[in-house]
Amino acid sequence: MSAIDILSLLPIALGGFFFLAGTVGLLRFPDVYARLHALTKADNLGLGLIVIGLAVNAESWFVAGKLFLIWALVMVSGASVAHLVARGALQRGIQPWRR
Amino acid sequence: MTMAAGILYALVGAALFGLGLHALIVKTHLFRKILALNVMGSGTFLMLVGAGSGGIRVLPDAVPQAMVITGIVVAVSATALALTLMLRIAEETGHAELPGERSG
Amino acid sequence: METMTLLGWAFDGLLGTGLVWLAWRALSSPSLFTAVVLFVAFGLVLALAWVRLDAPDVALAEAAIGAGLTGALLLGALARLHGSSAHKSPGADAVRSRTRVVAWPLAAAATLVVICGLAATLIVITPTAVGLGAEVARNLRASGVSNPVTAVLLNFRGYDTLLETAVVLLALIGARSIGTAIDVASASAPGSPVLETFARFLAPLAILVGGYLLWVGAYAPGGAFQAGAVLAALGVVFALSSRKHGAMPAAEFPLRLVLVLGPAAFVVTAAITLVLRGHLLEYPPVHAGVLIMVLEAAATLSIGATLLALFSGPSFFRNNGR
Repeated sequence: MSAIDILSLLPIALGGFFFLAGTVGLLRFPDVYARLHALTKADNLGLGLIVIGLAVNAESWFVAGKLFLIWALVMVSGASVAHLVARGALQRGIQPWRR
Repeated sequence: MTMAAGILYALVGAALFGLGLHALIVKTHLFRKILALNVMGSGTFLMLVGAGSGGIRVLPDAVPQAMVITGIVVAVSATALALTLMLRIAEETGHAELPGERSG
Repeated sequence: METMTLLGWAFDGLLGTGLVWLAWRALSSPSLFTAVVLFVAFGLVLALAWVRLDAPDVALAEAAIGAGLTGALLLGALARLHGSSAHKSPGADAVRSRTRVVAWPLAAAATLVVICGLAATLIVITPTAVGLGAEVARNLRASGVSNPVTAVLLNFRGYDTLLETAVVLLALIGARSIGTAIDVASASAPGSPVLETFARFLAPLAILVGGYLLWVGAYAPGGAFQAGAVLAALGVVFALSSRKHGAMPAAEFPLRLVLVLGPAAFVVTAAITLVLRGHLLEYPPVHAGVLIMVLEAAATLSIGATLLALFSGPSFFRNNGR
């Protein structure tokens, strides 16, 4: 278990934790808007950490660049889809949860 | 991948095939039948590649993988055609079910 | 060849259980929309299983076509089904008439017999199965590419791929001739600016990724079908973002040409090789690499256009007055 491996595993484990947090939010939050919040924020951050962990261990700069490109694409599509889902929910009359 | 993992996934494929077959027989709504057919297809693909990995060979066998890729593409076209048929039936009869299977 | 570690067993067991559970929930869910969502999740987990089985090409195809495009097709059909004025509630099904009550346990028993038979066969034949891997490896250098899956698809079993492109086109012709009058465009909400911007942002990237997948398929996981699926996905995003759902701005004839390009290229090549070499699709080893790339390019365009046409339905060919 070299130093590079540890440096790579730490962000990956942290990213996994964020994914877990996002899933807990998906299961526990009261309405669709809050769940979207949990999903996009936590999952994007989790994916970023995992990508950083993998990039540390990547074979070349090219591969690391591709990994970051994947993260950027997931963020953009996640944001767009979250907007569309929220918009669809609003149009169907789903009101945000009030305390 | 070792033979044991291949057999494990092949058995999963058999289970999926059975699940899909049961749903295909029992469900009356055509959309569910189409979903069931897709699950059966995925089960078949798993059985093909699962049985084709490991064993005496050392490298992954490319022939079942190529067959499965072909199968995936053909399955999506068949699904599209089946969905069009279902929509047409729904349009003509008002229900997305075959006439003989509706109760009453 | 590594032995299965405990972690490997746990992961594969979890994956397999997840697959069966997702499929069961998808098939037994009362809401059709939930069923489709679960089915898409099932497809993505299946892509992970393909990676575990050392089949990255299949994983790419499953994620793009099996989960992505099939999910889009199913949701599009669901929207059209619910948009039509006459449809039964999606929950009403399964045990309805008296015959169904009898059929359920009978079907379950029959299915169990089938599963046991399949499982027994698989356990018996897999350990001693030889497969064709050795033959493929032996002839790989003469095939023109170094990715064995591409070699099998485009060279050793090129005939199957020829038939496959024809089958996809046939499905489109069938779907077109059946057709429906249900138009999604009239039932849908006006397009979102976010979606349109997303589509425009995605376009150059998707074309780049598609071209890359096509090119890299010769020596690494990838290939024509995966690339075609990426292009079709781009088309689906555009179809969903424009107000005229799926209506292509291009003129009709070039569009039909692209649809036929794949099967036509295969048939022409098959005819030429039949005449020159006496066998169908037997490439001269010197030119095999170039020939495979040309065929794959034609197949990519064709598959992309045909899958998009299958998704868009009747509005694909609407001529916008050009």
